[in-house]
Amino acid sequence: MATPRHLVVIGNGPVGQRLVDALRQRDTAGEWRITVLGEEPRQAYDRVALSSYFDGVSAAELDLVEDGCYDDQTRVLCLDEAVVELRRDARIVTTSRGRSIGYDALVLATGSSPFVPPVPGRELPGCFVYRTLDDLDAIRSAAETAAALRGGRPAGMVLGGGLLGLEAARALRLLGMSPHVVELAPRLMPIQVDEGGGALLRQMIEALDVTVHVGTSVERIVRDTSRWNEPRLLATLTNGVELDLDLVVFSAGIRPRDELARRADLPVGPRGGVVVDAGCRTEDDAIYAIGECACIDGVAYGLVAPGFAMAEVVADRLLGGAATFPGADTSTKLKLLGVDVASFGDAHAATEGALEVTVNNPVERTYAKLVVSDDAQTLLGGVLVGDASKYALLRPLVGGPLPGDPLALISPAGAVELGAGSMPDSAQVCSCNAVTKGTICSAIVEHGLTDVAGVKACTRAGTSCGSCVPMLKTLLTEAGVEQSTALCEHFAHSRAELFEIVQVTGITTFTELIERHGTGRGCDICKPAVASILASQSKVGHVLDGESAALQDTNDHFLANLQKNGTYSVVPRIPGGEITPEKLLVIAEVARDFDLYTKITGGQRIDLFGARVEQLPAIWARLVDAGFESGHAYGKALRTVKSCVGSTWCRYGVQDSVRLAIELELRYRGLRAPHKIKAAVSGCARECAEAQSKDVGVIATENGWNLYVGGNGGARPRHADLLLIDVDTDTLVRTIDRFLMFYVRTADRLQRTAAWVESLEGGLSHLRSVIVDDSLGICEDLDAMMAKHVESYSDEWADVLSDPQRLARFVSFVNAPDTPDPSIQFVPERGQKKPVLLEVTTR
Amino acid sequence: MTAQLERTWVTVCRYDQLVPERGVAALVDGEQVALFRTFDGMLHAIGNRDPFSGAFVLSRGIVGSAGDAPTVASPVFKQVFDLRTGRCLSDSAVTVPVHEVRRRGDAVEIRLRGSG
Repeated sequence: MATPRHLVVIGNGPVGQRLVDALRQRDTAGEWRITVLGEEPRQAYDRVALSSYFDGVSAAELDLVEDGCYDDQTRVLCLDEAVVELRRDARIVTTSRGRSIGYDALVLATGSSPFVPPVPGRELPGCFVYRTLDDLDAIRSAAETAAALRGGRPAGMVLGGGLLGLEAARALRLLGMSPHVVELAPRLMPIQVDEGGGALLRQMIEALDVTVHVGTSVERIVRDTSRWNEPRLLATLTNGVELDLDLVVFSAGIRPRDELARRADLPVGPRGGVVVDAGCRTEDDAIYAIGECACIDGVAYGLVAPGFAMAEVVADRLLGGAATFPGADTSTKLKLLGVDVASFGDAHAATEGALEVTVNNPVERTYAKLVVSDDAQTLLGGVLVGDASKYALLRPLVGGPLPGDPLALISPAGAVELGAGSMPDSAQVCSCNAVTKGTICSAIVEHGLTDVAGVKACTRAGTSCGSCVPMLKTLLTEAGVEQSTALCEHFAHSRAELFEIVQVTGITTFTELIERHGTGRGCDICKPAVASILASQSKVGHVLDGESAALQDTNDHFLANLQKNGTYSVVPRIPGGEITPEKLLVIAEVARDFDLYTKITGGQRIDLFGARVEQLPAIWARLVDAGFESGHAYGKALRTVKSCVGSTWCRYGVQDSVRLAIELELRYRGLRAPHKIKAAVSGCARECAEAQSKDVGVIATENGWNLYVGGNGGARPRHADLLLIDVDTDTLVRTIDRFLMFYVRTADRLQRTAAWVESLEGGLSHLRSVIVDDSLGICEDLDAMMAKHVESYSDEWADVLSDPQRLARFVSFVNAPDTPDPSIQFVPERGQKKPVLLEVTTR
Repeated sequence: MTAQLERTWVTVCRYDQLVPERGVAALVDGEQVALFRTFDGMLHAIGNRDPFSGAFVLSRGIVGSAGDAPTVASPVFKQVFDLRTGRCLSDSAVTVPVHEVRRRGDAVEIRLRGSG
């Protein structure tokens, strides 16, 4: 094999990374070894989703580099190392670390930098740009410092009301600010949206506590030390408005990073960008430019999709191909705190003779416009605001024949149902990655794909902005792929379907359900699932009564947590983590008297280990007498509601988080769900209770509470999504009621809320529309179910003690009830006991 | 001790003490036995020790069926055992002892099988 040639890629943004991925996939003969030089200390991450960083998405989740992509041999990634000089004659680049690196081919993927208009004061501390994760960290830290120094909500302004500006505004909103947005044009998102769409967009965005100033710009920013203890910024707009601010974010456009090329005398475009031909090659045969730093056909595109297309072109060219840039699709779909905006094709009807068909519905708060050819036969483009659900179907039709009356296509009622069938194979389903319907459909057949994850892995469709994922599902369905949702061998139904069956038929026992809707006698999968379904519909009494006993997992059956040696642990409920010294003494005495190993849990409780099954009732009796109940540290049920100490004691607290946590724990205790539920309440934005890692997280604000849902710790951590802002306690509790009941009703078995929220079609905005706006008309039902749960709650442990039949289960041996299991042995460790290791005989 | 002992039937409980589709532990000649009453009223007895964890807990597992076989799932790591043969359906190399069980009137009796 010939020595591989050396490719140097300058820039490790999404586009530079895409080139490496494409080459890695196609260069099977090993023609190239690759060195990537990245100026940032981080490897490539998803900038399209940047504001989601404040939405709880971690830097790791935004990461775009697959494990194993760089192997330090044939593909080397050097971070925090910029290229400072390009010597074309010698084919050498020099880096900021003083290294000289030779190349056979060079790709400029240096991206762009934010454009900061020459406003006086733009250099002041507190002024930021919005481009990198470091920028976001700096913005967050400034917001937190302002909040800490001054108290209250920091004030922020975003300069620029385009796509990026609104993303930045969303980021400030997520940081708890009520930002101002200043846009020079007479409407928001002037490039993508027309006047009508812009007006609705403004309305909807202002409803989200964002103040919009259009048709004006910033005259100057000064540091104001006269009126505040701490200096703030005072911005004066050209229309005379003055704003007191803690921080300013410039987001008024981008400029190609072409300085390296300029210094190397490569031609650049009139508005910047390294000039390249259709093969993305610069004037120098050995140098290519791709993404936002390139100027192709006289345009420097500031979108990721054209950049990806260029990366694919260069990968092909490097391997001897002749691919050319297919032209840019500048379609956009954006979601800003639930407001959908989409624009595609010729959105401004610039084509000669183009006709516009508009539906403006102020009641539903939707605006839709289609641009069609003069004979109304061809779709040219469109704008959607408020509801962009038709984007995935309409955008691929651009340039093709209209499948129906244009008005009917965008009417809310009596609409023409757009099926995937109406799309030609050549229609692009994923515009970010330029994947056509034909490619996806043949991949489904050839590789026998059965789910969206498979389609993503195989075709890359849906891996960038994700807006085409519903369409991928549709294509799978149309290809005849059915995913089995069967619970186990005994039921062909999913958990959600069984829930509905139980609700509709009024079935109250497992036997009736399995005889009418299943086969066999059940198993450890379906029995606990059905027990949970029956319990959350309040159809059964005590867990040990009647047939119910036979359905319970051992923990539920013995109302305690089974440990490795066959003993149980008991975790007394300590609502909100608040406990009196007297009660602490009781726990200590119980632990001492029964010789239990004690440990503080992560959920602000005390775990007592090593209780034999026949000891459990006596332990509970002591706890019940002292006013405790034992707690659910087991079971698919609410575990704890953790809290910080809140405004009662803490200098920073703004609400009484302990009181609310206790209230919530007592309200939801015993609620049986598809999986365990954890919750927390923080008394201020410092978030000491770590509420954003819980299924239900509440964070106090000066005006009320913010509600987060779908968080998770554990093996796959997920930050919770912000669902409600600044609501009062009643609204908060009602919404949590509905969230939990909607989850209980529709989630799969063992699906935590994090996975459930992610699996919801339409995501968070769908969830919000169901449980806040009652779009499905089920809120009354959900409320009633929760009311029934709260009303019927009873201390399950005390109920065992009061019933001789239930008590009879708690014996070591049916024929020797007082003989302890001889296999259970302990040895001392650190002043307590630990189980003797048991012999395992299977290996 | 490897000598073959003459095993006798031992009465462990009344039949009505057994909840359908749940198990109890019984101590028979010093050995721990898991005794189950299935939905059809049949009785099964297997060793109470879960070979995957070493804990004596099989009597506390969920009783059900796999195809035609009556089963119990270990409450520790959820391996499923055939109550008739003691064979582990999740790992066919593993079996647990099966003991004889019968109902005489109201009484449930167990006789150990194998060497003791």
